[in-house]
Amino acid sequence: MAEEKKTTRKKIQSADRMNKIMADYFYGLNEAATTGKRKVAWCTSVGPAELLQALGFAVHFPENHAAMLGATRMSTDLIPAANAIGYSPDICSYLTADIGAYLSGITPLAKAYPGIESVPKPDVLVYNTNQCRDVQDWMAWYSKKLGVPSIGVTSPKNVNDVTDAHIDDVTRQIEALIPALEGIAGVKLDMDRLRETVSLSRECTELWKRVLETAIASPAPITFFDGTIHMGPAVVLRGTREAIDYYKVLLAELEQRIRDGVGAVDGETSRIYWEGMPVWGRLRQHSELFANLKSAVLASTYCSSWIFPSFDGNDPIRSMAKAYLELFIVRSDRYKEKYIKEMIAKFRIDGIIYHDAKTCPYNSNSRYGLPGRVEAETGVPSLVISGDLNDLRCVSDEQTKTNIEAFIEQIAEGR
Amino acid sequence: MSTPVFVGLDIGSSRTKVAVIDAGRQVLGHAVRKSGTDFSATAAACLDESLQMAGSGREGIVNAVSTGYGRANVAFVTTQSKTEIGCLSRWGRDRFHEAITIIDIGGQDNKVIKLDRDGRRAGFKMNRKCAAGTGAFLEEMSLRLDIPLEAMDALARRSLEMVKLGSYCTVFSATEVLENIRHGKKVPDIVKGLFYSVIKRVLEMDSHAGRVVMTGGVVAHNPYIVEMAGEMVGQPVVLPEFPQLAGAIGAALYALDETDPAGIRNNISAGETDG
Repeated sequence: MAEEKKTTRKKIQSADRMNKIMADYFYGLNEAATTGKRKVAWCTSVGPAELLQALGFAVHFPENHAAMLGATRMSTDLIPAANAIGYSPDICSYLTADIGAYLSGITPLAKAYPGIESVPKPDVLVYNTNQCRDVQDWMAWYSKKLGVPSIGVTSPKNVNDVTDAHIDDVTRQIEALIPALEGIAGVKLDMDRLRETVSLSRECTELWKRVLETAIASPAPITFFDGTIHMGPAVVLRGTREAIDYYKVLLAELEQRIRDGVGAVDGETSRIYWEGMPVWGRLRQHSELFANLKSAVLASTYCSSWIFPSFDGNDPIRSMAKAYLELFIVRSDRYKEKYIKEMIAKFRIDGIIYHDAKTCPYNSNSRYGLPGRVEAETGVPSLVISGDLNDLRCVSDEQTKTNIEAFIEQIAEGR
Repeated sequence: MSTPVFVGLDIGSSRTKVAVIDAGRQVLGHAVRKSGTDFSATAAACLDESLQMAGSGREGIVNAVSTGYGRANVAFVTTQSKTEIGCLSRWGRDRFHEAITIIDIGGQDNKVIKLDRDGRRAGFKMNRKCAAGTGAFLEEMSLRLDIPLEAMDALARRSLEMVKLGSYCTVFSATEVLENIRHGKKVPDIVKGLFYSVIKRVLEMDSHAGRVVMTGGVVAHNPYIVEMAGEMVGQPVVLPEFPQLAGAIGAALYALDETDPAGIRNNISAGETDG
């Protein structure tokens, strides 16, 4: 029978250490919220987390929580609860899954970390619309529901070059948040602590970049699918020593894999770039699908979006503004094309897969002709797959599989 | 002694197609049946029917390759399966020696595949997760209009004033059709509008390069769609011999490609031939 051969994913040994520091982080958050020992801030993924850390807040990241809902495949059952109160199935499925989970009294934290019963109750909600408008609407719902303030930064979008005018604007917006946050935290901002936090974030980000760039090696020691898991500390613990210590360990393991000639995918024959969000509820299937095709998805925009080269402890607030603005998602297609072409060259990419996520237009870069332009200039073939980050009702497994298999066939035949 | 043959089995969402070819790449036998729920049994029945037509038997099978939605469900094919996109490309490379765009309209999905002048796949697109422009759309509409599928082509040809349907979605289109019936529009004009809708959905999936060739069950049974498509793209569109079998023939060609020079590898497992 024409059965598919099953491939076992190679476990990254450092994962146990990561799981421990992630558990410590979630228990720390829970303790802050349940004892009141520390104030809790919710912060959107590339919001001013460094400022919140420096003010002593325990920081919860709703997008991280939503991704957990997706990865545990709880999201699709919870999204309808948000749809029913007026949040459309066409808007961000992080938002609808997270609000749906709250309405249903459910969190994956409870299952993963015994003793935790709910997401940590916030004292303040802080957003940055550099991701999308949805994060502001998301925090607005919780603000009304929980009676806590929602404040944040409204970022420019579709930026070609990040100019002083852009940075001045966002710097002033971050500075304007400080008095309100000081009032909630009950402390004055210690600029030395902020400088130290920003410096730690910079160090974390540099290590994360080195981790991702180990995939330049052939065979690549890490895949995109590994990266989506191991980016956890870079997302929730940036600005802390724990994240830095972890990435040193992970980097050492991956560099050893390179020395030993060990690839994340056995017999790597093609090297793929993933543009767009992961399909959280299909991480394992997609990882195994590509591994069975001896294809390594080894670089991505998504995992690289937590690299912030502009953080500078000597100029903390202005460098935060610059770092938050330089993000791929904030930029114009002109910049995005240049960025993707550089990634193709750096990682010696054979093909690009664009994930057109039904509910995430901001992370779906196949809608304005970009794949065709990049393909015409580089000759590297591309494929657009339809799906979603969290709403599996928008995912067709058979179509995805056929598309990906045909794409890898095409790459092989083109050689 | 049976004629040595190479078999392609295309187990689609709607129909199972089997093609039997010889070492000279000629189609000797073929069969098409509804896929049903037991893909393996349907494929086995199609296989025997097409082998009989080819004047061969199971012992004559040198190699077989499966493709289509149920490609992993054929219990008696032991070689690696191929995607239908790969098989259509292989068929196109064999039958045409120029740059072509293959437009395949299947029961559940559409594909636009571009081959360069050397027969290499330059790119492909499948429809998004939507039935618009697929065979499923016409099946749904034939039910709504209470017209047999096989009668649609002749009806459309009788149209004098085509009804244009604007909706993207099958459900919305059905509502539009009902609205047109209420307004007294003639059935042939509505059916031609349905054909136009199918072609439009498929043509707008991608740009087209070289000659346009249409394949799949929908055009096999409704050749008027190919004529209409030709008018829309401004050049005659090719309706090849055996349009519904193109994927199965491509799979058979792969089976021939993969056969070792001695031609003795047999990937039909004797113990499992009853599916």
